[in-house]
Amino acid sequence: MKFALQINSSPYQSNVAYSAYLFIKALLAQGHQVFRVFFYQEGIYHAFKHNTPPDDEVHFTQLWSQLAEQHHIDLVVCISAAQRRGLLCADEAARQGKHDNDIAEGFRISGLGQLIEATLEADRFIVFG
Amino acid sequence: MKRYLCIMRKPAHSGNSVQEMLDIVLTAAAFDQPVSILLLDDAVFHLKHGQSPEKLALKDTAAIFKALEIYDVTEIHIEQESLQERGLKTTDLCLPVRLVARNAVAGLVKQFDVIFAG
Repeated sequence: MKFALQINSSPYQSNVAYSAYLFIKALLAQGHQVFRVFFYQEGIYHAFKHNTPPDDEVHFTQLWSQLAEQHHIDLVVCISAAQRRGLLCADEAARQGKHDNDIAEGFRISGLGQLIEATLEADRFIVFG
Repeated sequence: MKRYLCIMRKPAHSGNSVQEMLDIVLTAAAFDQPVSILLLDDAVFHLKHGQSPEKLALKDTAAIFKALEIYDVTEIHIEQESLQERGLKTTDLCLPVRLVARNAVAGLVKQFDVIFAG
């Protein structure tokens, strides 16, 4: 089956996104397809490449980047939610006269249309958080 | 085409999540998908008359609800018990709504293909 997910909570707000991560691993292990994860609301903080947790803690951003690389999952960060919270990709930062380049490897910035498209394309769509 | 239901439970002006849920409603409507809204618990306050959002730093979300008709979002369901528990009547609300009893909520949700809850 084709799955798409939405994640609304930040790495340190709740454990929900990690549950989503484990759920994706389980789906992939059973041969399902996960084609997009949409990061919305506080969930956008997962894409912040400067997240620097201590070495003995889980590095959520790196987990997502590795997942995207290994399984070609489209990790989309909502542009309006990201901009509200100061998470800018290099292009957008330049347009705003800023110097940020905050998006971690494997994530991309796009609009809510990508979320609706994912719900239309997926057999199952699940919101976490 | 899929049928969308956006379920809200939090009160108006409790942060930005209401605004961000309404953005989903508007985007799904812009994709020409049928979208309905279900207000449960404190979310029934979204439609209360006489809000003064200008006193807070938040957007006037009631105004966005009133504008949904332009996007063909006209089905707003509201749980009857949630209204009653908060001492509200439909005459306290700024939009026409469809009352749904608590024991009918599960049946309503089943009619939709995609559920956004928040």
